[in-house]
Formats: sequence, C-alpha cells, structure tokens
Amino acid sequence: MFNFSIQPTFTERESVDGSKLYEILIVGGGPSGLNAALYASRKGREVAILAKRVGGQLLNTSSVENYLGKDGSSGEELTESFRSHVESLKVPILEDAEIRKLEKNEGIFHVTLADGRIFRGKTVILNLGTTNRKLNIPGEDTFASNGIAYCAICDAPLYKGKDVLLAGGGNSAVEAAIDVAKVAKTVTVIHRSEFRADKILVDKLYEMQNITVHLQTQILEAVGDTRLTGVKVLDKKTKEERIIHGDGLFIEIGNDPNTSLVKDLVELNASGEVIVDDKARTSLEGLYAAGDMANTPYKQIIIAAASGAIAALAANEYLNTI
Amino acid sequence: MEKMINKEVEKQLRQVFGAMKEDITLVLFTQEGECYSCAETKQLLSEVAELNPHISFVEKDIHKDADEASKYNVELTPSFVVLDKEGKYRGVKFNGFPGGHEINSFISALMELSGNASDVSPEIAARIAKIDKPVNIKVFVTLSCPHCPGAVEKAHKLAMLNKNIEGEMIEAQTFYDLSTKFNVSGVPKIVINDTLELIGNQPIEAFLSQIEAL
Ligand SMILES: Cc1cc2nc3c(=O)[nH]c(=O)nc-3n(C[C@H](O)[C@H](O)[C@H](O)COP(=O)(O)OP(=O)(O)OC[C@H]3O[C@@H](n4cnc5c(N)ncnc54)[C@H](O)[C@@H]3O)c2cc1C
Repeated sequence: MFNFSIQPTFTERESVDGSKLYEILIVGGGPSGLNAALYASRKGREVAILAKRVGGQLLNTSSVENYLGKDGSSGEELTESFRSHVESLKVPILEDAEIRKLEKNEGIFHVTLADGRIFRGKTVILNLGTTNRKLNIPGEDTFASNGIAYCAICDAPLYKGKDVLLAGGGNSAVEAAIDVAKVAKTVTVIHRSEFRADKILVDKLYEMQNITVHLQTQILEAVGDTRLTGVKVLDKKTKEERIIHGDGLFIEIGNDPNTSLVKDLVELNASGEVIVDDKARTSLEGLYAAGDMANTPYKQIIIAAASGAIAALAANEYLNTI
Repeated sequence: MEKMINKEVEKQLRQVFGAMKEDITLVLFTQEGECYSCAETKQLLSEVAELNPHISFVEKDIHKDADEASKYNVELTPSFVVLDKEGKYRGVKFNGFPGGHEINSFISALMELSGNASDVSPEIAARIAKIDKPVNIKVFVTLSCPHCPGAVEKAHKLAMLNKNIEGEMIEAQTFYDLSTKFNVSGVPKIVINDTLELIGNQPIEAFLSQIEAL
C-alpha cells in the first residue's frame, strides 16, 4: 500500500502527429510493438506507436523469471525499462488509443481510433497481442462481475481470506495460483488435463500449503445465486460430476489473439492468429504482424520482442524498395 | 514521523508538479476513532502539499464539518476532493488511500485541475457537453491493479468537463461493505448512477454510451 508505482507518463513526451505520413506505424505497445519501434527508429525511419496501454500483458505479470538478464523483474519494471529505451530515441507514443479500423487505400494505411482520429503509415506493424480466453460455459457471463476474475494481480486483494477456484494449467495459471494463494485462504486449481507449466513453477505450486490441485477435471458450469458459489465439474477419470465450492473463480486458461479487426484484411489460421512468413509479412503488402497475435509458436515476452524486431527490419527492407 | 514519500518518489513528484499553473486545494474528510487508512491518507496528502506551492491541503471531520461534507457528497472516510483555483468542486473525488498504482490517477487529477488539462477529441467533447442529468461514476479499484488508474482518470475527466458529472475512485478493500453491495469481484469495476455497470478500463466512448443510455 505504501509503495507508489509512478508511471513516467507525466513527463514531456513526443506526440504522434495526425498530419504526418509515418514510414512505419506501430499498433500495439507490448514487448513486440516496443521492440519493433526500437529497431525501426534505429534504422532512421519515421515511426510512431499507437496503443491502448504500453506494456500489454506484461502489466498483468507479477514477476518475470525467464527474460534473459532480467531475472525476477516485475512486469511493470520490465515495461518501464522497455519504454524508456524506446523513448530515449524520441519515438512518439500515443496511449489510450484504441484502434477500431485499419484500411489500405491507394498504397497508404489508415488507422482509425475509437475517438475518430486517423493516423497514416506507409507500412503498419500490428502487435495487438491477445486477450484472456473465456471458458465458454454456462454461468460465465452471469457471474462475470459477480465472482469471476481474469486478472490475478488486480483482483487477488478482493479475495483476502476467501476460498478461490482457479481454472488453467499453463504458466500463467500456475503463477496466478501462487500469487492468489498469498492472500486467499485457499486456492483450488482445476485443470482439464495435465500441467503444461514449467516444472520449476509447478514445484513451487506444490510447496504452497493452501493450494489443492484437481487435474483431469473439466469445469462444466459456474454455479451460484446472486454471486458465484462454485463450479460444477466432471472428473474425467471417474466420469462423475460434482460441485466444488468457492467464493471466486479466476480464469487463466490461455489467450485468444486480438485479430477480429483484421480478419477481413489478412489471412488467419484456424486459431485466429495472423499468418505471417519468416519476415513477419502478412498476406497484405506493407502490413506486418508480430508477437502473440501472429502464428509464431510459443507466446513469451522474449519471443514477442524478437518477432517485433524481425517485423521492423523487414518493413525497413520493404521501404527501401518502394 | 518517518516520511511516506521517499527521496526517489519525491524527486519524481516535484518534477511532475513543476508544470502546475494554477492553485488547487485538497480537502480531506476523516473522523475521530476507528478509521482505516485515515492517518495514512492525511500523511500522504500533507506530504504532497509540501512539494509544490500550488497545492493546499485542508483536513475536515465528516461529522463536525457535516455541511461541507454534504456539499461534496462525501459519505465515507477517508475521502478527499480536489478543488480548482476558484475553490470549486469539479466532481473529482477519491475514497481511500491513493497509493500503489492509484498514485497515477491522483497525480493526474492534480495536474489536470492545476491547468494542464489534456485534450479530448471535438466529437467526444460535444457528447460530454450534452449530458444534462446528474451522473455519478464510481470506479472500484485495488492498489495493485495496473489498469485501474486509467478508468479513474476517465471518470474524473468526464467530471471536469461537465458539472452534472461526478467521478469517484473507491478503494475496494477499504470500503468492503460498499464493494460487496456492488458485487465487486474484479477491478476496475465502474458503476454509473448505482445501476449501470462496466468492467475493465473502458474507452471514454464506452462510459459515454452508458451515460447516454440513462
Ligand atoms: C499473467 C501473465 C503472465 C505472463 N508471464 C510471462 C512470463 O513470466 N514470461 C514470459 O516470457 N511471458 C509471460 N507472459 C506472456 C507475455 O506477456 C506475452 O507473450 C507478451 O506480452 C506478448 O507481447 P505482445 O507485444 O505480442 O502482446 P501484448 O503484450 O498482449 O500487447 C498488446 C498491445 O496491443 C494493445 N492493443 C490491443 N488491442 C488494441 C486495440 N484495439 N487498439 C490499440 N491497441 C491495442 C495493447 O494495449 C498492448 O499495448 C505472461 C502473460 C500473462 C497474461
């Protein structure tokens, strides 16, 4: 409570210019977008970032333990070090900018924001990341604001001393379980198959006294009256259904790519990710996609950052040819 | 007493506050006896006020100064409002300690009201200007939520731009009963006129669509 996480957004900043035709317009400000900006700017390109929130999913991460050289940084610290590196090159960043539309007219990309403003680029690099996947079970929408949560670091304090259920078995689920268990009375992890998380994390999870784990258990329904009181599950081994009680349900079952905006513009794969080639090129000339929204394997910070670099270098190469 | 704002944070704040152009006043309501985080909030606000001559700080008692409390619709403690250079209430209120991530919405409110108002697009400004009924926006937050200050700032922005609108941050753990009443199970949770709900840090258009639907 007595720490102050001041964001350096209050200092003087370069601003994104609506009248300018940027050479590389970067949409999305997570690890991928920020690194793309760094590379594009170092190539001397006129570049700007438009993003809802600089940091992206990094901001929901309490502790990052697998980014080379930055062991144990909080997601926020990492975000600020990325941001200040990019800003040291005077790259303008527009935050709170929600993109609603992307079009290519006569060789120029037009990006329209929710508030109607339009920005233009000769090339665009999309780095929109992903959003939490829903369970898509009955009751999920009913209790969306009455017991279901999707952001462990945000919402854990609301469950102090309570019994919490947590769906998922990947790295973010296991990390979230460990974080929530520090404040909640108990955490019950429910996952439909086996853990996919790193062994080092799973070991840590099993060390926590107040965490119980149910693997091979599928959540069928969120149950409750005015608030969520538990979930109905199917034990896949015994084929029996039962109710597991809890005051809240955290859903950490993975993510869906934020690609609805471009689904009619570029080719997507069956998982909804933008299909890119080895130079981050989409099916539309001049449009690049990188990070978690693209069909690159393994969704990790270092991989997203690296793919942003590839996209920027490829866009730079392309600009030399037009 | 040990300072709450350490040297590092003090330096950052002084630098940010350096851009203040107009005077503002923080009016904090506390009460005698049991009051979770009243002392801490008072200490923070008074330390902040020392960092720049444009900031004044006054402490009031919610019971003894009941008239004043009702002038700003203050019903909780600790609760504070930020007044502009004319001492006018512009609908900017915080309930609970504005620490952790929420320091950002606090700084933002101070800066905006001291003459550094950020722009909104003309279309948005026109929609805000049209709102002619009383609107109360509650934004429930936790101090560890990185998405929450954005939602609080938008509620405050709307309030500053239209006198019919009031925006208040509510720290969910401090005001447990209120959070339970509004079923806060995820933050930021935005409640408009105690009836309409939004979840997450929504764009200002989403706030407006809800308000226009009232
Ligand atoms: C809880 C959690 C813990 C994690 N822990 C780790 C870890 O320990 N190590 C690790 O390597 N990885 C971890 N990850 C994964 C990692 O965070 C992602 O792989 C990485 O952030 C992807 O980067 P990105 O830039 O592709 O997308 P994101 O980080 O998702 O960024 C997307 C950007 O696009 C913006 N955006 C989205 N939609 C719009 C729109 N319509 N308009 C404008 N802007 C928009 C967002 O605001 C954001 O700026 C974790 C993820 C989560 C959720």
